[in-house]
Amino acid sequence: MSNHALRAILNGQAVPLREVPELTLASFREAILEGTRGGARLACLCATPDLRLFAVLADDAEKRLRVAWARLPGTRYQALTPECPQAHLFEREIAEQFGIIPEGHPWFKPVRYHLPWSDLPSPWGRDEGSLPAVTDFFKVSGEEVHEVAVGPVHAGVIEPGHFRFQCHGETVFHLEIALGFQHRGIERAMLGGPHALSLKQAETTSGDSTIAHGWAYCRLLEALAGVEVPARTDRVRGVALELERMANHVGDLGALSGDVGFLPTASFCGRIRGDWLNLSAEVCGSRLGRDWLKPGGLHHDLNPAMATGLLPRLVKSWADTRDAVELLWSAASVVIRFEMAGRLEPTQAREIGLVGVPARACGVNLDVRKDHPFGPYRAHPIPASLAESGNVHSRAWVRWLELIESQRFLSEALEALAGSDPDPRAGPLPPLAADTLCVSMTEGWRGEVLHLALTDGHGRFARYKIVDPSFHNWFGLALALRGEQISDFPLCNKSFNLSYCGHDL
Amino acid sequence: MTYETPMIHILLSRWRQGHRTLTYPKVVPRLPERFRGLPRIQAEKCPEGCRACADACPTEAIQLGPAGPQVNLGRCLFCPECSEACPEGAIHYSQDHRLAASTCDDLMVVPGEDYRRAHAMGAELKRVLGRSLKLRVVSAGGCNGCEVDVNVLGTIAWDLGRFGIQYVASPRHADGLLITGPVTKNMELALRKTYDAVPHPKIVIAVGACAIQGGPFFRQAEQLGGASSVVPVDLYIPGCPPHPLTILDGLLRFLGKLGTEGKRA
Repeated sequence: MSNHALRAILNGQAVPLREVPELTLASFREAILEGTRGGARLACLCATPDLRLFAVLADDAEKRLRVAWARLPGTRYQALTPECPQAHLFEREIAEQFGIIPEGHPWFKPVRYHLPWSDLPSPWGRDEGSLPAVTDFFKVSGEEVHEVAVGPVHAGVIEPGHFRFQCHGETVFHLEIALGFQHRGIERAMLGGPHALSLKQAETTSGDSTIAHGWAYCRLLEALAGVEVPARTDRVRGVALELERMANHVGDLGALSGDVGFLPTASFCGRIRGDWLNLSAEVCGSRLGRDWLKPGGLHHDLNPAMATGLLPRLVKSWADTRDAVELLWSAASVVIRFEMAGRLEPTQAREIGLVGVPARACGVNLDVRKDHPFGPYRAHPIPASLAESGNVHSRAWVRWLELIESQRFLSEALEALAGSDPDPRAGPLPPLAADTLCVSMTEGWRGEVLHLALTDGHGRFARYKIVDPSFHNWFGLALALRGEQISDFPLCNKSFNLSYCGHDL
Repeated sequence: MTYETPMIHILLSRWRQGHRTLTYPKVVPRLPERFRGLPRIQAEKCPEGCRACADACPTEAIQLGPAGPQVNLGRCLFCPECSEACPEGAIHYSQDHRLAASTCDDLMVVPGEDYRRAHAMGAELKRVLGRSLKLRVVSAGGCNGCEVDVNVLGTIAWDLGRFGIQYVASPRHADGLLITGPVTKNMELALRKTYDAVPHPKIVIAVGACAIQGGPFFRQAEQLGGASSVVPVDLYIPGCPPHPLTILDGLLRFLGKLGTEGKRA
């Protein structure tokens, strides 16, 4: 890719705003279209209250992020989505947050059903009394066509969202997903920060990805403060992230078994997931890794005695995990159900900018740990785990391969930590650089987590943007359902296991 | 090529995985050393005029009362900020997981006073619901932290069913609601409708800091500050998120199935 109009930066590199090129709207547009045509991904597109657009292109092959911005002449511009489908949800988000209208957007609907932050009117004429998910759903009509509406409150212990299926008998022609019920206003809360609650809000952006989001936030602050984190501390953070991945992947494989009625693995994994969470709790007191990390270092270090104590538990939990998961792959009834459901094509995955497990399940070779390595993954790389078929089986299989890799990483890391003294406790961070941009990405268990911050003249957040992997991937679930039986929705849904609150922010 | 798993493999796995349901509430399981449970305050150690803990608390959970610092567990995120800020080590978290309370006022930890744990539901309610409690879970802005730890009680390790408690798929089948999240504006109507759909007599349980008073989002205009802003709440279970043991302790206490020590009554 030859995109000289943009500034190349590394993951977690702070760059003064004056060094980020300002492009005309026309060349900004051309740079994004040319970049994505050349294989880059649109990792982030967002607006600021003073009507500027910022873009982050991920050039995975070159291990670089490319950034630029453009000033909008008014509140309307020509939508990118018709030529760059990856932009579809970003452009709707920009419209909802700031009242900026991307003209010619083919699927122009609210994202989270809130009013604009600025004084501009809602592009959809919404007001204080408007209800969420009240919109013009795509409708199929004809004989024997019917519509199924599900949610927001679902029939289990699960977050809220609304699903509209257009069905012909059992077959799903189209699924439309309306979210926003979980919107807590995190990006708005970050403005003027970092505040005392900002780390907590980052951690609870998606609470099952506490480390993935918490770490992205910490690295962002450290880059803006010009603080380098010691290698041992980074290794501990890696342990935190991989334990989070182990617990969630094990839970997902168990839940997938449950959805096809294979109860041994479902029961075992439900329990083993807890064993992994309890390893995190041993270090930081919280099963979900709350307050493990803090900007500049760690709230809770993993000292040599503790690392030594965790090693046999790692071995035991891994033996149980293998035993439970390997049963799955030798059960024809499971494998066939997995293989016959929820297929996505690699071309679709690339076009819509899928990330994480569902992308790798289509053979798309991307993983932030490999492409934009951060923390311990520079010295201790983890390869991307891939499958080819893009169906439920591939998404399950990628999780299994990732469990193997994470277990290897954990085992090596704990050995190393058992033989090295903890770093001194990190003090408070110095003030953050003023008028600076930083993009920080991690690879959570769902996929790419991106945090972007722009600071003002006093080093406070003038804009804070969070992109959870679910933001990219919900549309992938909708596509995977096309032509499927509606009764397979739970199975397909589970194979993506996306975050509602991570999307809704 | 795949083939069906011979049953013997499944049985061998079953044997290797063993019987793993916890013996709780006969025996309280060991919690990690760094687990943060009920805060303990030794006000006699507090230097004159010191308000380091209150200033460090990101959710304004700590107020300085006449007897010293007092912690509102409805606000507390159980983060280490207060204990790290205290110059004298006067405030620290104990390993006591028993945190559930019956009213918002009872959630206050005051130095020198016993924490007022949840009492059992009234006799008439207990007659109707005591042996079989069906709950509809509503996440209303929860981060999936409380949700996963509520869900985990259904796994074989905790086996919630043995206590007669079950999560059900419709409010029509439920005796009450278990609510997580600060109640986002966008969930207000759905929560109200779900509550209205539960037949009388009904109870409401608020799980987690968000559902009690808004948690890390208590200042945000996008949320309403917890479940009690929309429906009457009968049981509060603090934490961010509460440990599954804390949630189960609250549920069993509410059903009158626990003694003071947190074991079977």
